[in-house]
Amino acid sequence: MSVLAASPPALRAERSPGYWRGVGSRIARDPVVVAALAVIVALVLMALLAPELAPMAPDKGSMIRRLKPIGTPGYPLGSDELGRDMLSRLIYGARLSLLMGVVPVPVAFLFGATLGIVAGYAGGLVNALIMRTVDVFYAFPSVLLAVALSGTLGSGLGNAMFSLTVVFIPQIARVAESVTTGVRKLDYIDAARASGARPLTIVLEHVLGNVLGPIFVFATSLVSVSMILASGLSFLGLGVRPPDAEWGLMLNTLRTAIYVNPAVAALPGVLILITSVSFNLFSDGLRGAMDVRS
Amino acid sequence: MMAYAAKRILQVVPVAVGVSVVCFMLIHLAPGDPLAAILPSDASADLQAQMRALYGLDRPLPVQYGLWLIRALHGDLGQSIATGRPVTGEIAGAAVNTFILAGVATVLGFTVGATLGFLAGLARGTWVDRITSGIAMLGVSVPHYWLGLVLVIVFSVELNWLPATGAGPGGRSLDWSYLRFLVLPAVTLSVIPMGIIARTVRSLVADVTAQDFVSALGAKGMLRRQVLRHVVRNVAPTALSVMGLQLGYLLGGSILIETVFSWPGTGFLLNTAIFTRDLPLLQGTILVLAMIFVLINLGVDLLQGAIDPRIQR
Repeated sequence: MSVLAASPPALRAERSPGYWRGVGSRIARDPVVVAALAVIVALVLMALLAPELAPMAPDKGSMIRRLKPIGTPGYPLGSDELGRDMLSRLIYGARLSLLMGVVPVPVAFLFGATLGIVAGYAGGLVNALIMRTVDVFYAFPSVLLAVALSGTLGSGLGNAMFSLTVVFIPQIARVAESVTTGVRKLDYIDAARASGARPLTIVLEHVLGNVLGPIFVFATSLVSVSMILASGLSFLGLGVRPPDAEWGLMLNTLRTAIYVNPAVAALPGVLILITSVSFNLFSDGLRGAMDVRS
Repeated sequence: MMAYAAKRILQVVPVAVGVSVVCFMLIHLAPGDPLAAILPSDASADLQAQMRALYGLDRPLPVQYGLWLIRALHGDLGQSIATGRPVTGEIAGAAVNTFILAGVATVLGFTVGATLGFLAGLARGTWVDRITSGIAMLGVSVPHYWLGLVLVIVFSVELNWLPATGAGPGGRSLDWSYLRFLVLPAVTLSVIPMGIIARTVRSLVADVTAQDFVSALGAKGMLRRQVLRHVVRNVAPTALSVMGLQLGYLLGGSILIETVFSWPGTGFLLNTAIFTRDLPLLQGTILVLAMIFVLINLGVDLLQGAIDPRIQR
């Protein structure tokens, strides 16, 4: 009897290392992606810690110290057209620039993915209703739609972010719909339905895990576009209003300074470029690591 | 082909109607009264009602939309509030300039981008690939309005070789006195399609060269040059359609570059309309640009269907 009491250890299913750990280790092995990720983290930290990092207040101007060149004592990166310290403004600028450029993408991801997955899974009339509406907004070139919306609504951070979100929802919805339609045709979905699972359960349990990856990768590739568009709106005077520090707006207000102090006038764009390149490299690396084909 | 063309054209109609609805609704999305820009703030209620009736703003929205659409289809997009001139005329003049700019930029971007992408695709994993892919990556990542400023700083401010703004003396010719104004904006604008086309062509070439028929051609002793011709023929349709789409994007998205260079095109017009709250001009320009984009997409689809019948499924 004692033999029976010492029952054999229950057979435990050995959990496989898992998909995401594989993705993680592939990313960690790619020096370019790691570097891009490090730059992104540094930029976010710069935005969060702006008050500690910036040597001066971003809005403190000086009429006698306008447009100082790079390397002026006390102004390591020069000063802008109102005599404000460029270094401090660039550091503070990360806050609004990242907020404006990054936030529309996750918001659009939420709405776009939901619309696309519902359309893709439901098919039929629901699909037609959602996707034909999406097609209409997709029929606008993205810059035009962003400018049209924020131009009519008027300048301001909120309106600009709203416009960008509207621009990205159709793009994400289209990707989500096509991926979901592909997954829905697979046998295991039929099997789940045949065994009595409700649509919501099927979507949450079986569809979501297989479609979120590709949609997510696509969305990350939009962050760079969003950064450029967001700063572009501010550059046009449609985004953040002066005297707030934002890289696109700084490029705009410094435009007149290109004859006096070109290097300082070009600085904000360097930061937009660095941010945008980092997000693109990260997105490319993620795409490769997740083996998602465009 | 005819059936495919008919099907695609029929599919475009609802999209075009939707686009027109969105453009129509823009004015009603705008905060404040659309008449606020023309009426003095102390206008009597009577005068306000009169103007409202004159512009048809007292009718129900669907009726307003119908009347607006019928007029638009007849080429009447109303009058610019700022200048009083017909919107259609203003757009037509600006559109020519934008077409020139976007056309040159697309061709330039395609030539450079396709060459870079082709080289990178053939030499995958080598330093040629890394450098060309790096250039393509910069092309898609650069804020082009900033690149425009940098080019102005280098070639206009520092070197004084090329003009910084404007489109040159009146009239159009292939004369250098006119063309020199086109160089900087066109080069700046070409960077976006350059990057996108280079990346597309690179992956297309990589896909095609990995196919069996390419190694078969090589194995049966075909010259490398001739094999490459087959690769080009397989890559070309998709690459050309991407180019067509890019032309559409540039036509509708040149506002930032036109603002940087004060290029008198539709983007510049749009910018003016926004800041003078000239709603009819804003609405008309957006409608025309969006419709051009829809038509270019349709054209690209039809052309692609004609070149590659497999697409007509």
